[in-house]
Amino acid sequence: MYSYIPHTDEDRRRMLEAIGVSSLDELYDDVSPEVLLSESIPIAKSKSEDEVIRQVSAMAARNVRGVPFLGCGSYDHIVPATVQAIASLPAFVTAYTPYQAEISQGLLEAIFEFQTIVCELTGLDVANASLYDGATAAQEAAALMVADKRRSSEILVSPTIHPFTLQVLETWAKGTGRKIVLLPEKDGVCDLSRLAEMLQPQVAGVIVQSPNRYGFLEDYTGVADTVHAASSLFAISCDPLSLGMQKTPGEWGADIAIGDTQPLGIPCSFGGPSCGYMAVRQALMRKIPGRIVGQTVDLDGDRAFVLTLQAREQHIKRERATSNICSNQALAALMTTVHVSTLGWAGLKEASRQSYIKAHYLAYHLAQLPGVRLVWDAPFWCEFPLVFDDAKKMRKFIQELRNEGIFAGVRLSSLTRRERDDLMLIVAVTEKRTREELELYLAAARRVLK
Amino acid sequence: MNEPLLIERSKAGRSSYQFPQLDLPRGFDVALPELPPTLRRSKEPRLPEVSELDVIRHFTRLSTMSFGVDSGCYPLGSCTMKYNPKVNEQLASLEDFTAMHPLQDVSTIQGCLSVMYNLLEDLSGITGMAWGTLQPCAGAHGEYTGLKIIRAWFEHHGDARRTRILVPESAHGTNPASAAVNGFTVTTIPADAEGLVDIDALQGLLDDTVAGVMLTNPNTLGLFEKHILAISEMVHAAGGLLYYDGANLNAIMGMCTPGDMGFDVVHLNLHKTFGTPHGGGGPGAGPVLVSRDLVPYLPKPDIKLVDSGYAFDWSSELSIGKVSGFWGNFLVLVRAYSYILRMGAEGIRAAAAHAVLNANYLLSRLKGTFSVPYGERCMHEFVVSLEDLKEKTGVSALDVAKALLDSGYHPPTMYFPLIVHEALMFEPTESESPETLDELADTLIELAGIAASDPQRLKQAPLTTPVRRVDEVAAAKNPILHA
Repeated sequence: MYSYIPHTDEDRRRMLEAIGVSSLDELYDDVSPEVLLSESIPIAKSKSEDEVIRQVSAMAARNVRGVPFLGCGSYDHIVPATVQAIASLPAFVTAYTPYQAEISQGLLEAIFEFQTIVCELTGLDVANASLYDGATAAQEAAALMVADKRRSSEILVSPTIHPFTLQVLETWAKGTGRKIVLLPEKDGVCDLSRLAEMLQPQVAGVIVQSPNRYGFLEDYTGVADTVHAASSLFAISCDPLSLGMQKTPGEWGADIAIGDTQPLGIPCSFGGPSCGYMAVRQALMRKIPGRIVGQTVDLDGDRAFVLTLQAREQHIKRERATSNICSNQALAALMTTVHVSTLGWAGLKEASRQSYIKAHYLAYHLAQLPGVRLVWDAPFWCEFPLVFDDAKKMRKFIQELRNEGIFAGVRLSSLTRRERDDLMLIVAVTEKRTREELELYLAAARRVLK
Repeated sequence: MNEPLLIERSKAGRSSYQFPQLDLPRGFDVALPELPPTLRRSKEPRLPEVSELDVIRHFTRLSTMSFGVDSGCYPLGSCTMKYNPKVNEQLASLEDFTAMHPLQDVSTIQGCLSVMYNLLEDLSGITGMAWGTLQPCAGAHGEYTGLKIIRAWFEHHGDARRTRILVPESAHGTNPASAAVNGFTVTTIPADAEGLVDIDALQGLLDDTVAGVMLTNPNTLGLFEKHILAISEMVHAAGGLLYYDGANLNAIMGMCTPGDMGFDVVHLNLHKTFGTPHGGGGPGAGPVLVSRDLVPYLPKPDIKLVDSGYAFDWSSELSIGKVSGFWGNFLVLVRAYSYILRMGAEGIRAAAAHAVLNANYLLSRLKGTFSVPYGERCMHEFVVSLEDLKEKTGVSALDVAKALLDSGYHPPTMYFPLIVHEALMFEPTESESPETLDELADTLIELAGIAASDPQRLKQAPLTTPVRRVDEVAAAKNPILHA
């Protein structure tokens, strides 16, 4: 009679009788009449499955798709067909957190493999089972730092981290006595030359990002030593696919690696679900937030997996907890695990390298055109800032390319809401963009900018 | 049964995924400079090198060693493991949703925004609140956001002394943890003899340092806080705000609203109440709804309906700011929206009533066998105590839970809430038929009999699962956290 409710009239009658009440309403006797609704809640009447499919599909159809040269934290990469096939298996989709290890070995082993992949990619020792997204991973890193170093409340943050990550950190700090202090910026990268003097005793840690908000790769030579000399912690946020080419957080000597695995097997999905990750050095193993799967044995001595180190978590620690996370992004983490397992290191390197080359191809040719320029000369990976001489031209450029079915890039000021970013378009190119799409972009650009 | 790790099947050179050939003008990639040596990765990661079939078989086997709602009855208390309708999956996988980039121009994302706007309207209606945000990615994230809003409200009103949050002793661990993460101190409210909030104790705790009181209603014992209007009056009279943890909304949706009960801030778990799957631990979604006064404090951006269509609105000066990277777990929102459309007002109400019917029926079947410390009746879930059974037979709640695995059930929540010893917490949800509940009850009654006659047998359980009882102590003592 109602969707997804199996009860027949006869069932209801028999059950109410067994309970010893005469009606469903009587089950709500403890709810005082003043609180009970006298009329229906203000939502529409029930619809059939077919009607809902039509309605929601029509809503989806109001979206406009284009060839995306959009990045800034969400990227359109090639995803092998294996990912959706596995991520749709019902036992994975409809399971809860694997509390009951004996019937959750598959899920636990898959998470263990995710942790392994994150450790291998970042060059660090211990990874958790995922966090919400890249921005909240930075927040968790900040919280870890503050909890780790007592009587410290300040986090030094690179001004080139993703604007939304910075906003999430600011929300976290606001009103709690914690402080986000921005490092200086120079030529499109974080200026770390004054780091030593900025590392005052109240500083718990330093968070930077590479590739940064403009797409530039940053040089952290010597940074870990400087940070550690001040007894602080060092966290690097990076796009995990960039680690197919660039130096890893582990190699830079970072204590914490954070970011989002969306570029590894997860569709853009209007921004979510994506999948935050965090990996830390061994010394921080008992400080890392979130679920962790460990390998152990069963009664017979056979290998088994189980959620472990739970003494860190909110359900044990309650008001002494330093993180409240429990649900994470497990199914998205599974997508990354299947993606990386399908690609292997060879495939991952190839996707990383092709993104790099195609982005440079587009940048090189755009740089030849009048009215726009590439700024700063830091090395970049798959994303770069294109600066326009005037705002009108920029708007025309974006519109003209959209008419060709191309999303030309992200206006940085739409993220930072700062005037100084008004003329800057962040252009991202992944391995998925074909030669044809690149030439279409360039042809349209030439028409507008001639 | 054991499935090797994929890395253990790895063979150098076997990965075969093929990317399109790079087809830039000849020589471009050669002429392009490499990354400077200082920025280059030097150590290769150890990743599986396996065939596509290896990948598919490995993960397919792993899925057979997992248990979801689709596998069997999953009466995990407080988690609302209801059926996850397949049509929701179909709609969430529409390419017109999955391919959308979060930073596309607003004119090209009207479909996404209309789903979000309409969902917010429906959730506001269901909770009796004014408006909300869809940004939080999970229940705990919703708590974090809701408490931020409470903090911002008091700061804006110059009331910086309010630094305490009160939570009942039966609360979920996330409540005190979320308060602590937000820099609040936490005070516990004791339960009265009936298992409800002790009103006198609460009155004694309320003063001008209390920012808010967090309640789940029905509470984690499955009991409706019947003095809720009095509680709300007391909290508000003391100048505090009342926070609704929506973990148990499934019991009351369509019947009454947190808004009418006097709550100021509400978080929901779309992955519990609104039928979106749990995904093995996520992604979920934890929208936050607030009363009219608190709307300006909601995270940025808001979604508005203006002349040109739907739009993001970043203008609120009082907003707490952003709480996640983009706009929330959008595809989860699509599923919940589709669920609400299917159910409609009457279906939502019927889901609650049948969840309560199922829980009470199962309780009626079990109360002769297990002791029920609080309440003769319940809402959508109930807690039994195996303390007596353990005393008599040595068989614990854990043993019974593990024995249920052999019978093909996911066990109920164990050892929670903390105020009940040897607790098992059952939440059958509205999805289960009475026949399934009867089978579950018969199994439990049989297990109680075995506990008396052959307790050793239950201590050995499970025997039919891919692995036998897992050594958690060894795992924590000598952590092996990656291959």
